[in-house]
Amino acid sequence: MKTKRLKTDILIIGGGTAGCYAALTIAENSDAKVLICEKAHIKRSGCLAAGVNALNAYITEGKTPQYYVDYAKKDADGIVREDLLLTMSERLNAVTERLEKLGLVILKDKNGKYVTRGDRNLKINGENIKPLLAEAVGKLGNTTVLNRVNITDLAVSGGRVLGAYGIGIEDETFYIIEASAVLIASGGAAGLYKPNNPGFSRHKMWYPPFNTGAGYAMGIKAGAEMTTFEMRFIALRCKDTIAPTGTLAQGVGARQINSLGEVYESKYGLTTSERVYGTVRENAEGRGPCYLRTEGITKEQDESLLKAYLNMAPSQTLKWIESGLDPSQQNVEIEGTEPYIVGGHTASGFWVDTHRATTIGGLYAAGDAAGGCPQKYVTGALAEGEIAALSMIGYIADKSPESIEKSDIKAHIGEAERFLGAGVSPYTTEQLEEAMQTVMDSYAGGIKTGYRYNESQLAVAERKIGQLITLSDQLRAADNQELMYIYELKERLTVCRSVIAHLRARKETRWHSFAENLDYPEKSKIYGRKFVNSVLENGEIKIILRDINEGGAAFEHCDKQ
Amino acid sequence: MSIAINSEKCIGCGSCKTVCPGSLIKLNGDGKAYIKYPKDCWGCTSCIKECPVYAISFYLGADIGGAGSMLHTEPEGNILQWLIDRPDGSRIEIDIDRRESNKY
Ligand SMILES: Cc1cc2nc3c(=O)[nH]c(=O)nc-3n(C[C@H](O)[C@H](O)[C@H](O)COP(=O)(O)OP(=O)(O)OC[C@H]3O[C@@H](n4cnc5c(N)ncnc54)[C@H](O)[C@@H]3O)c2cc1C
Ligand code: SF4
Ligand code: SF4
Repeated sequence: MKTKRLKTDILIIGGGTAGCYAALTIAENSDAKVLICEKAHIKRSGCLAAGVNALNAYITEGKTPQYYVDYAKKDADGIVREDLLLTMSERLNAVTERLEKLGLVILKDKNGKYVTRGDRNLKINGENIKPLLAEAVGKLGNTTVLNRVNITDLAVSGGRVLGAYGIGIEDETFYIIEASAVLIASGGAAGLYKPNNPGFSRHKMWYPPFNTGAGYAMGIKAGAEMTTFEMRFIALRCKDTIAPTGTLAQGVGARQINSLGEVYESKYGLTTSERVYGTVRENAEGRGPCYLRTEGITKEQDESLLKAYLNMAPSQTLKWIESGLDPSQQNVEIEGTEPYIVGGHTASGFWVDTHRATTIGGLYAAGDAAGGCPQKYVTGALAEGEIAALSMIGYIADKSPESIEKSDIKAHIGEAERFLGAGVSPYTTEQLEEAMQTVMDSYAGGIKTGYRYNESQLAVAERKIGQLITLSDQLRAADNQELMYIYELKERLTVCRSVIAHLRARKETRWHSFAENLDYPEKSKIYGRKFVNSVLENGEIKIILRDINEGGAAFEHCDKQ
Repeated sequence: MSIAINSEKCIGCGSCKTVCPGSLIKLNGDGKAYIKYPKDCWGCTSCIKECPVYAISFYLGADIGGAGSMLHTEPEGNILQWLIDRPDGSRIEIDIDRRESNKY
């Protein structure tokens, strides 16, 4: 394989929502050289590829950033970093205005004010949100974008990041990138658990199947502290198409009903996890299927829904049309998805300070990759990209990229060449991926067990994931795309191992479905005041319980660096 | 969930291959696009919106209740014209003005 060595001031891993916005911010505030490595193409990569339907995080008139903090804290039953939520919330409205300047259509009233959806949302046409961001990045002078370069590992020495390694999936090249600061903006992790439709439509999932938890895995392996992986995100979605339901619930006021026509949502509570839990229970107790009640809405609402879904989840519109019945004539069946790890919805991810610095010098995280700060959504990811960008500009002021050790480079190239080399593996990458998803489904609270688990099951999961990690070392790839698939599997296995350790460490059930431990079915006072964090030390996952920072006091663990 | 590419229409421009967030589309020896990993398609329709000759359409897999209809879009300026062809030959058209926000 060819090798290419590059040097930059700032490396951004993942040219998605947070990554693109970080690049824009750096260009506006400094003349630092920026390199974005994106595994796909920034025009339509990551969460925003199909478009989004609303801006879910905005401080509406009469509300304050603290109001948003309080909302997110309540929804997560206290396990949040208020300092992170507040610093994000303070920037939500400014990044929204910036998006509008970039060309995003946001609904306004006669007086030119944004029209709100509920307390926190704005209505938009978000079909082209990613091309708009990519176009703005394309105009920057000091920013280089390397599309189809998949980053596989960080180079770290003495507690400081020196750069990263990657593989070009079209140019069959091994990249060695040296940088003074690195931003992890690679999103969250899908594909850890067996999906709703494991056959032909296995990738018809909510979260992008191409966000494989690479950033989390790189951080774990480099010894970064991670937080709250046990707070999995399970989405309530339209059956089969896994299309979002918020537009039905908030747009046309559709309530959750069971097969008897009873509105059940009020019985279980209205937090994100309770809405999923209620649906699981109604099905388990024989009152399924569950629906969002759309029957009886107007023809005009029908038409608007068909259009709204084309702008974000076209499969749902196709489903309505194929069935010959509009939403007004047929309630929409709903189900919970497989669990994802996604720091933009729940609080999983890198343990960062208010500057979005991780516990490794020079390494920053933003968006779905960063933990402690749930309910970020699009605007929160932009806000964190902005904060991280400004912090990195400060950090690199007195630094220049240091050389990565030759031996480290050799080891990483050696690993990639081994996967590409001669020899046969008894299994394919696909087979091991399916095995991993089956293990997580059966023993770590997947769809199969109604998202529940106990400690004996987690012990089995841990052992079986360990076996798969060993087997994955023997895999072979014919080209760099297959090599990427091996790395993706290895990333997911690394994340699975940490998820299992975190599920085990939170000895309570704080959130139904998200982390429902049958050995500890109640909430615990002790764990209600603790973050479950972890670091990998000498190959073992070490759990660290940290106190919740009451009243929003900041955790500035990284200021000293 | 996947897409179908009509190779008679395809002119081999490569735009679909460029935008696919999963790098699933490749060009074959004749320079025509094909989906190399159909089971890995996310159904984001990015490729469909890019194709200058409307050669790509999208369908629901039978495992999630698909019944053979094909969806594609023909963008014209600010209008995204979405077309759904049903197995009985009928066609449904929904136009979306990119300058208009969603109502919900
Ligand atoms: C289907 C869907 C609909 C949503 N709808 C809404 C909505 O209507 N409103 C709202 O406010 N929020 C919505 N969200 C949430 C919001 O879109 C996300 O929280 C936000 O976009 C996350 O931004 P990010 O930068 O962290 O991740 P992304 O934007 O996904 O960026 C991650 C990037 O990293 C790249 N990458 C991954 N691994 C690697 C690697 N190893 N090397 C190089 N590159 C890599 C990916 O290709 C991707 O481009 C939605 C999310 C999804 C999935
Ligand atoms: S629909 Fe999306 S994921 Fe599927 S082939 Fe097209 S661009 Fe790729
Ligand atoms: S975008 Fe259309 S014309 Fe261009 S390569 Fe793809 S299918 Fe062929």
